[in-house]
Amino acid sequence: MSESNETTVGVPGDTRLEHLQISKPEARWRKLPIVRDLRIAVGWQKAMLVVGLVITAFFVLVAIFAPLIAPYGYAQIKSADGVAFPTQAPPSREHIWGTTVGGFDVFSRTVWGARTAVIAIVVAVLLSIFAGVFLGLVSGYFGGWVDRVLVVVADAVYSFPSLLLAILMAIMISGGQSSLWGGILASGISITVVYIPQYFRTIRAEVIRIKDSAYVESAKVVGASTWRIMTKHLLKNSTRTLPVILTLNSSEAILTLAGLGFLGFGIEPTAAAEWGYDLNRSVADVTAGIWWTAVFPGLAIVLIVLGITLIGESLNDLADPRLRARKSAGEVVGSIEDTSVDPTERPNSDEPVVEEFMTSQDPQIAVVSRDVPDESRGVINDD
Amino acid sequence: MTEQRTAQATASQERLDGNLVDVRDLSVSFMTDAGPIKAIDGIDFVIPKRTVVGVVGESGSGKSVTARSIIKLLPETATTAGAIYLTARDDGDGVDVLTMSGEQLRKVRGGRAAMVFQEPNAVLNPVFTIGWQIEEGLRAHGMTGKKQLRAKSVEILEKVGIPDAATRVDYYPHQFSGGQKQRIVIAMALVLNPGLILADEPTTALDVTVQAEILDLLRLARDEFGASVLIITHNMGVVADIADQVVVMYRGHVVEQGNVEQIFYHPTADYTKRLLAAVPRIGEKLVVHAADGHIVERGVDWRAEPVVVRAKDLTITYPGRLMQPDFKAVDGVDFEIHGSEVLGLVGESGSGKSTTGRAIAGLQKVSGGSLEVLGVQMNGVRERAFKSKRAEIGFVFQDPGSSFDPLMTILENVAEPLIVHGVYRTPTAAQKEVGRLLEMVQLPKAYMNRFPHELSGGQRQRASLARALALKPKLLIADEPTSALDVSVQAKVLELFKTLQVEIGFACLFITHDLAVVDMLADRIMVMHKGHIVEHGDANTIMRHPKDPYTRKLLASLPVPDPREQRAHREELRRILKQEAG
Repeated sequence: MSESNETTVGVPGDTRLEHLQISKPEARWRKLPIVRDLRIAVGWQKAMLVVGLVITAFFVLVAIFAPLIAPYGYAQIKSADGVAFPTQAPPSREHIWGTTVGGFDVFSRTVWGARTAVIAIVVAVLLSIFAGVFLGLVSGYFGGWVDRVLVVVADAVYSFPSLLLAILMAIMISGGQSSLWGGILASGISITVVYIPQYFRTIRAEVIRIKDSAYVESAKVVGASTWRIMTKHLLKNSTRTLPVILTLNSSEAILTLAGLGFLGFGIEPTAAAEWGYDLNRSVADVTAGIWWTAVFPGLAIVLIVLGITLIGESLNDLADPRLRARKSAGEVVGSIEDTSVDPTERPNSDEPVVEEFMTSQDPQIAVVSRDVPDESRGVINDD
Repeated sequence: MTEQRTAQATASQERLDGNLVDVRDLSVSFMTDAGPIKAIDGIDFVIPKRTVVGVVGESGSGKSVTARSIIKLLPETATTAGAIYLTARDDGDGVDVLTMSGEQLRKVRGGRAAMVFQEPNAVLNPVFTIGWQIEEGLRAHGMTGKKQLRAKSVEILEKVGIPDAATRVDYYPHQFSGGQKQRIVIAMALVLNPGLILADEPTTALDVTVQAEILDLLRLARDEFGASVLIITHNMGVVADIADQVVVMYRGHVVEQGNVEQIFYHPTADYTKRLLAAVPRIGEKLVVHAADGHIVERGVDWRAEPVVVRAKDLTITYPGRLMQPDFKAVDGVDFEIHGSEVLGLVGESGSGKSTTGRAIAGLQKVSGGSLEVLGVQMNGVRERAFKSKRAEIGFVFQDPGSSFDPLMTILENVAEPLIVHGVYRTPTAAQKEVGRLLEMVQLPKAYMNRFPHELSGGQRQRASLARALALKPKLLIADEPTSALDVSVQAKVLELFKTLQVEIGFACLFITHDLAVVDMLADRIMVMHKGHIVEHGDANTIMRHPKDPYTRKLLASLPVPDPREQRAHREELRRILKQEAG
């Protein structure tokens, strides 16, 4: 299709008419969840989203570039020339956030900790999302006893405290004290087990809602196989709420990892840097007036959780047209919605460019789009 | 504009010359994600006392927004300009509703103007008795005293025709039928004795026989309660039946206003003329002219064609809930559909007409009897045995809004049957064929790259037809294909439907509740009622000389889009109902 060439009206070489685009074919990336939400958000909802994105992006960057940012390794207690770091030293030029009771550099530990946190999120989400979505699809679409059994199991698991499960996992995987992957997997798996029901529940509810809709029935009438219906129609249409749960679960993953570390079931300090472990070690310091060992890892936990939660919450608000804030028009403006199907029925069909607005029937989606004028009026030449 | 603002500021009290409502230069716009949209653009009209004013127009023409503006029931994203003066029924001074807020507005709502919505199920709260809900309005307007409140609710229920009102005042909404629920909603509106009742499509969700009763009730509101009624509808028959004055709206403007006779017999605006011409009437066969001027007519005689669907004692039951008996949706039905025949299946909601259609398409399990579709016995059929036959069956759904996967383009949606049956492997490969199909249903080829929500309802229904006909089926099942569309759009879709039927020659089961539509298209008609076929035969015979009392009642209930004829028609219905009662 040569449509992209035909969408501008004007004379070649004349740039004045370029803004008179009839349709701007939207780039795929602009329809991605967060990007799209960022464009429609206004006011404090936009501020929340932007702040969340900035904080999260900051932590991701720190995690990626940890070796470049951190002056020392996470397990380093001696400088390059073999001199041991001072213990519990206040912030100084060598150790800008001070050192811990074990002689670790607080700044380096905090930076390296971001890496552990991000890996934990990715593992936890990856493990639970596939199983949850798949089970939700199957359970919602087939119904019957499969559905009943899965729902009961999901409810049972849901009632289980996740930290207890995480401790159990930590002990099972690595006997309590664990390596980098042992600790991450312990938190990841416990999160997985607890959050599969969440994904399962959400997807199942959506599938039940849409499985009786006309387009699914229409696929059935056509003779589409169950597999095609599930993968082509149900899967794509039921994942609308996933970004929200995904972000909220990510912050939960970090809190579990930190909780494990704080309780002493976390990762060995020599295997990886982990904020929860550092907090645990700094409990005694706080009463002795040594603040720097507790403040920085604590702050890191609070900030990353805040950032991700802000994204999740604002995505949640933006996904619902009733919660979504809009600018007020202030005065009566705007063009009239075009409701006619037939271009000849338009009262002013001789206007050169008519913008057509059509609202979707589904108030849940309520997408309003700017449309291309009818080809029948000779604006677009198809071939 | 500025002149008007100052006038508004100095006198928000206004003489209205005996009119109840005076809408002056009203404009409303909404903020949407894609920028502001104007729903109403500078409209003027008045509602006189003790009159029924009908507002007609296509969906999106601003009818509902107009009615809601009168009691300022608009969302936060709305901005208004102009003025709406609303008086109480007994004094002549109007107040501008648009400048009101809070307490004042609460008094106006219910007290001066009350609203009746389309869907009574959504209005009544299921966890309170109807008596409580009627009293709620009275309490909100300062009436106390338990006995007094109760007496008042019972009285109003009696007036709107709820039998045995003294006991049923303590019933919950689910214990009433749809028509009764709408009566209760109207009772809630009438109990405060408002001067104006705003009825937003009050009968659209109801069957024709119930619709006639509700319209009678609204007439009662005018004659006995002395209220004015603003009735919004897209049904010209309803307007002809009840309205004294008519306001025709189009794209946010009032194109014409006048009394009902003038609008129907001497319309001045072009749009009104077009609208009236598009309304289907009983006794008018659809005649389609091809591009070269000659009439499109089917060449073959359907009577000589082989039978494609044969039902014998067909029974379909839905399993009952715990401790409740099964529900028989279709009960021992016999019929046949010949090749290239259009069989109209008419009935009210719950008559089993859609279930029958779904069973033929293999969407519903057959529980008893025999149903042969294209040679396959559907009773106990296995999906594997039926799959090859699915290519020969097309299905058009009622709701154009949900019949396409919203995340797939029109190309992918229309190409689905072609891909499922292995004609093409990918949507891209099917592009040419889909383009041809879209042209066949008179849609521009470029539409194939759009998403379903970017098409209007009529366009979507055309695309839906293209999908159903993609594999050149022998049998098409159309389940209320035009009932969600505006009349002018409906007329176009029906024309297209007829042309394609002649061209391709598929047999068609046309399911609808609209007798006028089925009369335009069908060769034969079956009338279903409570799971049985009560009458079955040639379309002309059934429409002109119905034998079954139910068919007669159905025909008499259907309002005729002609005020004078409708008056006689109404008498006919009264006579039939009286006969039925005793």
